[in-house]
Amino acid sequence: MDPIKKKIQSSSRETRQDLLGKVITYTCIALIVLVVLSIFVFVASKGMATFFVNKANFWDFLTGKNWNPSMVDSKGKPMLGALPMIAGSFGVTILAVLFATPFAIGTALYMTEIASHKGERILQSVIELLVGIPSVVYGFIGLSVIVPFVRNNIGGSGYGILSGSFVLFVMVLPTVTSMTVDSLRAVPRFYKEASLALGATKWQTIYKVILRSSTSGILTAIIFGMARAFGEALAVQMVIGNAAVMPTSLLSSASTLTSVLTMGIGNTVMGTVANNALWSLALILLLMSLFFNIVVRLIGRKGRM
Amino acid sequence: MKIKLQNKIAINIIRIIAALVVVILLFLLGDILISGVPHISWHFLTSASQSFASGGGIGVQLFNSIYLLLLTLIISFPISLGAGIFLSEYAPKNIFTSIVRMAIEVLSSLPSVVVGLFGFLLFVVQFQMGFSILSGAIALTFFNLPLLTRNIEESLRAVPDLQREAGMALGLSKWRTVTRVILPEALPGIITGVVLGAGRVFGEAAALIYTAGQSATNIDFGNWNPFNAASPLNLMRPAETLAVHIWKINSEGVMPDASAVSAGASAVLIIVVLLFNIFARIIGNSLYRKLTATK
Repeated sequence: MDPIKKKIQSSSRETRQDLLGKVITYTCIALIVLVVLSIFVFVASKGMATFFVNKANFWDFLTGKNWNPSMVDSKGKPMLGALPMIAGSFGVTILAVLFATPFAIGTALYMTEIASHKGERILQSVIELLVGIPSVVYGFIGLSVIVPFVRNNIGGSGYGILSGSFVLFVMVLPTVTSMTVDSLRAVPRFYKEASLALGATKWQTIYKVILRSSTSGILTAIIFGMARAFGEALAVQMVIGNAAVMPTSLLSSASTLTSVLTMGIGNTVMGTVANNALWSLALILLLMSLFFNIVVRLIGRKGRM
Repeated sequence: MKIKLQNKIAINIIRIIAALVVVILLFLLGDILISGVPHISWHFLTSASQSFASGGGIGVQLFNSIYLLLLTLIISFPISLGAGIFLSEYAPKNIFTSIVRMAIEVLSSLPSVVVGLFGFLLFVVQFQMGFSILSGAIALTFFNLPLLTRNIEESLRAVPDLQREAGMALGLSKWRTVTRVILPEALPGIITGVVLGAGRVFGEAAALIYTAGQSATNIDFGNWNPFNAASPLNLMRPAETLAVHIWKINSEGVMPDASAVSAGASAVLIIVVLLFNIFARIIGNSLYRKLTATK
């Protein structure tokens, strides 16, 4: 074959380079998708085993109040009532977000609407630093400051849902604040100017214009805070007392899905009922995080309209 | 008059809330730093930990944390670079791309304990790697990938399309344009993101308890052969990191000076995160100055 024909018919160096690029990037992305899929498949198959292999009743699992996987009840079924943990998880999450939301919105409003440029920058870097602080450090703060505080001033042993939600409050506050700041900054400047030009006071502008137009962003921030609080393991586990019983008050020892998982996985044998039941708890966590994701998506879609 | 009063009250309430938040957060941070910093000494940072006696250090844990961080970055950076390039340059607008984006979002919001358990199930048990640095690094990679990918994608997107067109006009292939033109310009943003992500990885514990393990084996710092069991570089030895150490001594409570050690270790963690934050800013700025014509 003559060289010219060969050169025309074979692909150029550029085409080959492009092919290489496509292969590399598609492989990387496929790897990530594979990881996500396999997390779901593995955790789901392990979590379902409780119901299909060990024949536990799904409804009893969600509503039962006795958690003692290694024991059997009068009917010969393992005692797998996950309600105490589910209640604990929701309890700390909701309380923490209830505490954190007003503080986060207040701080974000101060940063975007009231503070001087310098004050804003200082607060911004403090918040950024706090977002990055590891959760075990928050747990240790809880153990050394919050638990004794609750014990001495409010009552009980100090370990319990209240301490757990205080720790989570401190933990999610920076996250929610920085996301709220982002959504407040996204409000177009002329909304504010128009409102002020109409003679509205600063507070009227904030309340009637700025907060209204950034509602979907603020809601997203709150949901993210909830997702983070719901999935947090160690910080909560350190202060909640770890008693897998139905919480009777905010001050009594309780446990969450994550705390039972962290404590239990190492102490149970793979393939036993007790172990499978823990994987079912992990599955609930996984589904909840999926749920939070979907809610964020729905809010985003509504916000765009 | 009433409206003005209302305004004043509301604005002052916002001020009070912001002040309260700052006071609470500074109090907690200050509490840790004040009780922890005096405990930090050269001895504390370099000596081995003690299980039952007081006076132990965090040397091995500190080394493990750094080593694990490096390994995680080595594994996760290339993958997320490829994925980031895909999302910003190659991704077609179709259902496949939106599924990919959703998968990355889901991965980034998974509780880290679930990621850790998955790593435990797959690597520690199924692949029989045992509690090892390698299992830990892979679990942390899962944790780090979505963050890093999103950061790289955003940095690449921030580069103006003019640069891409210029590359094409010169007859470069798309791949070459991306690697030789777009990537260098996006580098400062990417590096900043990597360093900030590194701060998060450094303090992660929940994903490591059941992958890298909770025991710090004695390692011999004179032996750098990665295949020797006592070598610091050995990939298959269990490695307790600093964050896991804090959790463990607080939940087991057999160490007489647990609270002092954890205060010291927490202070070290906070300082490291602070350093990562500062570094990220400095490196980002100086790289930007070096690679572009800004003075």
